[in-house]
Amino acid sequence: MPENKESEKALVSSPPAPNLELAGSGDQLAAEHSQGRRPTQAEREWVKKTLAPLLDKSPEKPIGTASGSNLDQHGNARFTTVSGKPVRRLYTPADLPGWDLERDLGFPGQPPYTRGIHPTGYRGKLWTMRQFSGFASPEETNERYKYLLAHGGGGLSVAFDLPTLMGYDSDHSFSAGEVGKCGVAIDSLEDMEILFRGIDLEKTTVSMTINSPASILWAMYLVAAEKQGADWANLSGTLQNDILKEYLAQKEYIYPPAPSMRLVVDTFEFGSKFTPRFNTISISGYHIREAGSTAQQELAFTLYDGIEYVEWARRRGLDVDQFGPRLSFFFNAHNDFFEEIAKYRAARKIWYRVMKDRFGARQERTRMLRFHAQTAGVSLTAQQPHINIARVAIQALAAVLGGTQSLHTDAFDEALALPTAEAARIALRTQQIIAYESGVANTVDPLGGSYFLERLTLDMEKDAFAYFDKLDALGGMVRAIEKGYPQKEIAEASYQFQRMAEAREKIIVGANDFTIEEQPPEILYIDESVAERQADKLRRLRQQRNNELVRNSLENLKRAAAREPKPETGSQVSPDNTMPHIIAAVRAYATVGEICDALREVYGTYQESTFA
Amino acid sequence: MLTDRKIRVLVAKPGMDGHDRGVKVIARALRDAGMEVIYTGLRQTPEMIVNASLQEDVDVIGLSILSGAHNAIVPRVMELLRENQMSDVMVLIGGIIPAQDVEPLKQQGVAAVFPPGTPMEEIVRFIRENVSNRTVVA
Repeated sequence: MPENKESEKALVSSPPAPNLELAGSGDQLAAEHSQGRRPTQAEREWVKKTLAPLLDKSPEKPIGTASGSNLDQHGNARFTTVSGKPVRRLYTPADLPGWDLERDLGFPGQPPYTRGIHPTGYRGKLWTMRQFSGFASPEETNERYKYLLAHGGGGLSVAFDLPTLMGYDSDHSFSAGEVGKCGVAIDSLEDMEILFRGIDLEKTTVSMTINSPASILWAMYLVAAEKQGADWANLSGTLQNDILKEYLAQKEYIYPPAPSMRLVVDTFEFGSKFTPRFNTISISGYHIREAGSTAQQELAFTLYDGIEYVEWARRRGLDVDQFGPRLSFFFNAHNDFFEEIAKYRAARKIWYRVMKDRFGARQERTRMLRFHAQTAGVSLTAQQPHINIARVAIQALAAVLGGTQSLHTDAFDEALALPTAEAARIALRTQQIIAYESGVANTVDPLGGSYFLERLTLDMEKDAFAYFDKLDALGGMVRAIEKGYPQKEIAEASYQFQRMAEAREKIIVGANDFTIEEQPPEILYIDESVAERQADKLRRLRQQRNNELVRNSLENLKRAAAREPKPETGSQVSPDNTMPHIIAAVRAYATVGEICDALREVYGTYQESTFA
Repeated sequence: MLTDRKIRVLVAKPGMDGHDRGVKVIARALRDAGMEVIYTGLRQTPEMIVNASLQEDVDVIGLSILSGAHNAIVPRVMELLRENQMSDVMVLIGGIIPAQDVEPLKQQGVAAVFPPGTPMEEIVRFIRENVSNRTVVA
């Protein structure tokens, strides 16, 4: 390996090298092969003697139609990642000028964490197999959770329905047709208690995909756990709570960005005082990728969202080493195997640098990026759905080789509906095959040192920092979102990929090639009876609870929400932190819709400008 | 004499779902195919969609629905179109629609349902071949 210690900036941009001494047959090829590189004499010989004669006889063929993005300017085959990044024929040490074994790779459990955050990788503990699940009523989802845990799932992950995600009760007119469809309907603490009935919350880690109303659902969770007799200090799990990616990609926002960020910071402060083992946020690239971004955009926008949260929390006076260790990340596991692995490795390396250099974090735990991965829903085909099992297995393998802490594998029927129990079990079994049969968990970062993977990792890093510069120049992520910059970048990438797929420059097996005539499979069908049952429960709840207590708790919440919380250094949170007030409202059995309405009164709602 | 009017399409996302990758790609593809496209943005009620369609005098309404709320939304849209004497406007649905719901939607007057993975070209062709002849006599 090269030994020169160039500056970190130089190492990620390899300077073009002149190729003076090439003459004779295979010249052009040799020049192309050397482009920007300094290959060894042996490599040059290989090009001339072995490669050139072969290419004369049998030229390379692109994967997909030989047109557009699949051809270079000379009409030769061009190979690219799913994100459109060119891939070379062969990678050798010449592709890693200035790459330093200790600085760029290091050892697992040591900075810059390229090889992972655990010194023993998966040898001490496998990743958590956490299947995202939720549908219909809390009663039905509770059954599914028990089923998943009985089949060896290690943790739970709650999918809420759209009314819950958008902060409306099941009986609100906007909720018509949406109750229990995309996830489980939760209206009040009562539903949360039913959801986890018979599941010991001190022993089960639970992740909740909830964003705009995150603090409300978290409060319900904490109170439900407390009623089971659990100590908050022993609860572990993850709240998604990532509002920035809602404005960027998933679009499940309620309030404008500034008050939304304040609610997030309230949870950071509360969590750092009362729930030391709970991740208060899962900064998510998953949805950015699903919206059609490239791997590079997913990485850059997600980590920059992380930067934005840290900036806002510091403005509140919170110490980065107090809340920083509870920041977690969530990435997509998409089709391009090596590009994805490089993305996860680069993510850890970049976050280390950001936390250390940009924010001066002192604790190692603050500088370690921990993440969850989920296979790419967007990559699943509705056509020949069973082939998705193979697709998911490859994506999951990439996440494991990238060192994920937990993983969700999509069920094969998810392009059609929420998964049936059988499809959900096969998805879990896929992870178990990787963990228990494939042997990939036997050694730490088995691909470390691959010329190709290390080059990709450096390129990922370079691309991410280039986006960071642009976002810094725009004044941070909230400002960039208001200007529509990341949204437009994602929409453009999404359109370009769709164009390539339609031209069959990118192959989607079963959808644009290798197609057959087929019958639709059996799916999970959710009817409107869930909505009626939820509405009945709400009617009963509103009759039986102490409505004055509900009103008072909501008034207290509104007052706190309207004030600017002051930094608080003691063991308590700021008196105007919304969390304790939300918990009080939840205890009084105020509903998700009522609490969100209280905050809507104070903060108003957000409408995005349309960028299309 | 007939004037060649561009086909006018309103694409909308009704319901609460915010997954707008598909609708944005379609909006751009139809525009690239030479149609006039109006994208309403997210969370449109049937009333908002039909009003906008009336005002924009569109030939086609494209609804993108992925959340499972189609059986609550589409009947209302069709009803409002009838009330406004707009039954000649072609209604298309794109998104995740269970197979068993497709026929009932067509019986209500939906011209076509395009599932995930439908090529953009197929949607463009369908519109060109089936849009009702509302060409203005000048």
